[in-house]
Amino acid sequence: MKASLRKLLPALGVTLFWLAVWFLAAALVNKELLLPSPAQVLRCLIRLAGGAGFWITVFRSILRVLSGILAAVVLGILLAALTERSRLCKQLLAPLMTLVKSTPVASFIILALIWLGRDILPVVITGLMVLPVVWANVSAGIAGQDPKLLEMAAVYRLGRGAVLRHITIPSVLPFFRSALSSALGLGWRAGIAAEVLTVPPLSIGRQIYESKLYLETTELFAWTLTVILLSLLIERVLLRLVRTDFRKGGGRHA
Amino acid sequence: MLELRDVVLSFGDKAVLRDCSLSLASGGRLALMGPSGSGKTTLLRVALGLQMPDSGAVRCDFGRVSAVFQEPRLLPWRTALENVLLPLAADPDARENAMQWLDRLELKDAAALYPDELSGGMQQRVSLARAMAYRPDLLVLDEPFKGLDDELRLRVLKLLADSLGQTALLMATHSEEEARSLGCTILHYQSGQFV
Repeated sequence: MKASLRKLLPALGVTLFWLAVWFLAAALVNKELLLPSPAQVLRCLIRLAGGAGFWITVFRSILRVLSGILAAVVLGILLAALTERSRLCKQLLAPLMTLVKSTPVASFIILALIWLGRDILPVVITGLMVLPVVWANVSAGIAGQDPKLLEMAAVYRLGRGAVLRHITIPSVLPFFRSALSSALGLGWRAGIAAEVLTVPPLSIGRQIYESKLYLETTELFAWTLTVILLSLLIERVLLRLVRTDFRKGGGRHA
Repeated sequence: MLELRDVVLSFGDKAVLRDCSLSLASGGRLALMGPSGSGKTTLLRVALGLQMPDSGAVRCDFGRVSAVFQEPRLLPWRTALENVLLPLAADPDARENAMQWLDRLELKDAAALYPDELSGGMQQRVSLARAMAYRPDLLVLDEPFKGLDDELRLRVLKLLADSLGQTALLMATHSEEEARSLGCTILHYQSGQFV
């Protein structure tokens, strides 16, 4: 309890400091249209959260982003397994992944708008941003397996399933977790950006776009705050699900 | 039966194995002795099928083969007991057998510990427990007693000598005493060939 409090206090102090800076700046500007105060944003957020539309909008956006992340995770793992087995596949795929990583997300969104429906587009864009990160990290994890352990497994004629369970997965999981940690923030931001540009119905992106359109700066801040809070929450929950510590029963011998 | 015939292997320009031949039947015991870097480990790797020779024939008819390498090669995310259990998944008495071997190798109290909680010598004994609990037809040992103090080494050697039975043994060692106490025929090995 004391240790967690010691960790919490500095974070709380920093948050309060920046809230005070925001509060002072808003007081100096003194125009809600340009810079609403933290209190005004909080009041607006509470008002928004009181309506069922807010939660449906949030749920639909989360669903889009998580679908994109899930698809990218599955595809990234499969591609990493393939490219670590076949040199040719790796040579073919690596430049493509570099290209995807280097291309501005807006270019993909505009291009994809021509080909895809506006409801599916944020899913695809999120997946596209997450895929190279998952692929690169899982590939590094597979390549980083200890060859001496694999030799030991070969001597004892462990089957593919046993090698996967006892050696490959525990070796790859720390890399996967690190990929997920960077990919979640990236995917979430890309997904919301795609929503802003494609304005699908019932989406946070559409709310942000409309707030800008009608100069509802306080609402814009409230929705942005919602995005930040959801990003933190989703990252916490998902990273907790992906355990890398195999010592507490997470993959023990049956 | 393990049989190596005219095995040749080079790493680049360096000839590591030159026309090496040996055969080992069930219950047979062979010790390779020679200076460091003479190719003993490479020969054991060829015998285990971990290294393909450039030429020559390798035939191994033994059903169950186990090995203790120079390093323990334990899974860091599994306890000592779980490491011993690893190759025993199909055995009905796996747990009892694994615990017996940990006990015999004076590791009963370390069964629930992870490799990084064990000393080098203890890790090596876990590796030996895994190899013996597997009930091998052929046991390959590559200088496995390095980290053990003299008294313990003698106790482990006696335990092995008493337990091997019909298990064939192929080992690499620098110690003639180890080879003799395990009842091995000694093959002197130098610069990739028997001398």
